Order: sequence, then structure tokens, then C-alpha cells
Amino acid sequence: MFELLGIPPQALFGQLLLGLINGAFYAMLSLGLAVIFGLLNVINFTHGAQYMMGAFAAWLMLGYLGIPFWVSLVLAPIIVALFGVLLERLLLRRIYHLDHLYGFLLTFGLALIIEGLFRWRWGSSGQPYDNPIPGGVNLGFMFLPYYRGWVVVASLVICLATWYAIERTRLGAYLRAATENPTLVRAFGINVPRMITLTYAFGVGLAALAGVLAAPIQQVSALMGTNLVLVVFAVVVIGGMGSIMGSIVTGFGLGVIEGLTKVAYPPASNIVIFVVMAVVLLVKPAGLFGRTK
Amino acid sequence: MAEPLLKVSGLHAWYGESHILQGVDFEVGKGEIVTLLGRNGAGKTTTLKSVMGIVGKRQGKIVFDGEETVGRPSDFIARCGIAYCPEERGIFASLNVEENLMLPPVVKPGGVTIDEIYKLFPNLLERRRSQGTKLSGGEQQMLAIGRILRTGASMLLLDEPTEGLAPVIVQRIGEVIRQLKARGFTVLLVEQNFRFAATLADRHYIVEDGRVIDMIKAADVERSIDKLHEYLGV
Repeated sequence: MFELLGIPPQALFGQLLLGLINGAFYAMLSLGLAVIFGLLNVINFTHGAQYMMGAFAAWLMLGYLGIPFWVSLVLAPIIVALFGVLLERLLLRRIYHLDHLYGFLLTFGLALIIEGLFRWRWGSSGQPYDNPIPGGVNLGFMFLPYYRGWVVVASLVICLATWYAIERTRLGAYLRAATENPTLVRAFGINVPRMITLTYAFGVGLAALAGVLAAPIQQVSALMGTNLVLVVFAVVVIGGMGSIMGSIVTGFGLGVIEGLTKVAYPPASNIVIFVVMAVVLLVKPAGLFGRTK
Repeated sequence: MAEPLLKVSGLHAWYGESHILQGVDFEVGKGEIVTLLGRNGAGKTTTLKSVMGIVGKRQGKIVFDGEETVGRPSDFIARCGIAYCPEERGIFASLNVEENLMLPPVVKPGGVTIDEIYKLFPNLLERRRSQGTKLSGGEQQMLAIGRILRTGASMLLLDEPTEGLAPVIVQRIGEVIRQLKARGFTVLLVEQNFRFAATLADRHYIVEDGRVIDMIKAADVERSIDKLHEYLGV
């Protein structure tokens, strides 16, 4: 069997796939964060908890109601998005006029409360979720589990569909315009407060969808979003706060970089994303795809 | 004056602690062009923003087409049939020209079609794929006026549409406003450029220190020119 730079291809491609899968979750989560930050000006630190809620919703629906994965894939994001509507209407709405820091503190506090409640009720240990597409295919140079391949493709489709909706449709034009000047957009007759609620719900729903997709790969646990959200914030900063395409490209790209680092020098794999973040902030403070205001 | 489409009485408005409008009264008849004239800081722009519902706090009465709009949000006011073109033009950088044009939703039937808007402003057709803020000042002004014509609104609030523009563009905008009047639009215009306003408007209201202090009909402008110069400090 051939080797690349002394690395066996099984290891290389295996980590590449793992990187792509992690990247898929980074992209979906950072996309939701970017959409929310763009319009609401709120750094949604509850995102990791909402991702966890998506996974839990799927797990609970399967366990208590026998609702299969494919139905949960639609239902769980809707349920968590409705929870997002409540949060926006009852709490977030009150702090839009304040500094970013208040939104950050509020959502951070909410994340702690939500994760605490789940940990209190279901404990910290992971709950297994059956793989809905078991099996895989041997590609010769690596073994590709069907479900993991499907996750990468599905998340890519979801990310690109979101990008298209925001950048190429009428509804997306409302969103982009309201991000720039909400007062004027409202004076054109568009119900901007309702649009803000729905945008938050969409971003939250996207996090929950990522959570459902993650359930069969990772175990479902109360803290599954805690560590992930830190990496996702780094992705958003590298891509450029609020940039849609930036989130997608950086999400997948950093997943791959992280995967390759695991092959080349495993001890560095946990910090490589933060090193990239530091370098990008030094060279291009607005992020790779961000615009300086 | 024709039957009033917009009737403003005892209008007060605040920005934070600052009490800007201190009892503004005026009327705009259906199909009229009316200007608000006055020096910088007199309260003209605040009056337009108050009609549109985008100032901090308002008190008084603003009745449009029989509907009281004080206390209503600006999206409701827009759906009543008032369209607003702000002084800073408000062109969206993240949208191209056509997206900017198509942005305001249609609130009533009978608006100007997109083809007619391109006929009024041929530059916009040529540059419809350009980023909105990459246009020249004159083109941006045409875009800002053009996009509110589609909505079916019967009343247009135009805030200093000629500010900083070359004379030939100012002339073009004047022609368009005349055509809009001929189509039955009602226009409330805020202007510093009195020469421009004088050629268009049916009536002029003079705003000073947050109040309307005088009204001059187009027919009386010649006779009142000294008074006008005094009001406007020209």
C-alpha cells in the first residue's frame, strides 16, 4: 500500500473524513450563529445548549414515543426553534439596545441553566442513539460508514441552501437589508420584530438539526454542546462575524485542518483552531470573509 | 386645497430628552405637492420621521386617509400607503440595484411597475446588477425615489432629494416629481433648495424652532419673497 509523507492512507483519509464530519457540525452551528449575530447583534452563547436540546429531543422522542430518527430530524428542530421563539420574545428582545456584552452574558447564563437542568434530570453520562443507516463501504483506501458520509452531504446541502436563501432570494434580501438598517426596512412596511423572532428561531433550529445529526455519532449528553460551542465561536471569528459563506467555508476548512493535524501531530489537534484564530485576528481582524465596518 | 390626505395637528416629538417638535400643524391635500421649508435644525426632517413613525416619542395627532397613526409602528404606517425616502438615501450596500428596487413590499395595488421605473431612470436599468452603494450620488437618489414608487403608496415623503447633486440631476428629479404629481401621487417634500421647491410645490410651510410658523401658496411666492428670504436666511 502506498504512503503519503510516511502516513498510511487509511489513517490520512480516516482523519480527513472525521475532519469533514466535525467540519459539517462546525459549519452548521457557526452558520446559525452568523445569521443570529447579523440581524440580532446578539452573540448567542446558548447555541451549544440548543444543539444539545436537538439531540435530546430526538433521543427522548425515540425512547418515549418511538418516533424514528427521520421524523425527529424534522420535528426536533421545530420544537427547539419554538423554544427559541419563547427565549427571543421573553428575554432577548429586552437587550437589543444594549452592548453586545449583555447579550453574551444573558445567553451564557441561559446555557448554564439549560445544561444544568438536563444534567440534573438525565445525568452527565452519554446516552446511545442507534445509527439509522448502519454499515458502510470499503473504498480500498478507507472504510466509509454510510451514516457519516450522509451527514457530510446533508449538512453541506443544508448550508448551501441557507446561503442561497439568504443571498439569492427576496426573503434573504429583507434579512440582509434589516441587518444593515432595520428602522428603514420597517418603515417600508416589513414587520421587522417578527422577522427577528423568526431569524432567531431559524438559527436555533439549525443548531438543533445539527444536534439530531450528531446524536448517532456522538452520545447524547447534557454537556455535548459545551466544548463544541467554544470551537464554533473560533470558527465564526475566523470566518468573519456575521458572514454566511465565511461560516460555511471556515467550518468545513477548519474541521479538515483539525483532522489533518491529528494525523501529523496529534497533541496539537486540540489547539490548532485557536492558533489559526489568533493568526487570523492578527492579520485580518474582521475575519477571512468579514467586512470592516 | 383639495381634501386633506394627511392632517397633522399639535405634533410633538422627542429624541431622548430633546424636545424637537413643539406643536407642528399642517395639512397635505390629495394630489398636492407640499414643502416644508426652514433653516437647518428647524425640525423638518423630524417632522417627516414623525409622520413615518421613526422618532423616539411622538404626541399629537397625525391622521392619514382617515387613520390615526400616532402610537402605531412604522410598518403599519407604511402599509397605510405612506412611503419614505430618507435624507441619507438609505441604499443597502449588501443589495444590488434591482434588489434595492424590489425591497419595499407592495402595500396597495396601483404602484408604478418596475419597467416604468426603469423608463423614468434609465441609469438604474443599466446598472441593475451593481451594488447599490457603488452608484453615484445622483443614481443613488434615483434609486431611493424609484424603489418607493412600486409599493402602491399614495403619499411620498421625500427628504432633501436634491442635496449635494449636480444641477442636471436636480432638474431630472424635478421632472420626475412633476410626473408623479400628474399620476396622482401626493408629495410632502423637505427642501433646503428653495429655488427647486418653488418650481414644484403647490404650498410651502415654513418650519422654525419645531413649529410651523407660516404657510405660503405657490401663487403668493413672488409677493412674499422678502418674507421668505428672512425665514430661510438667504
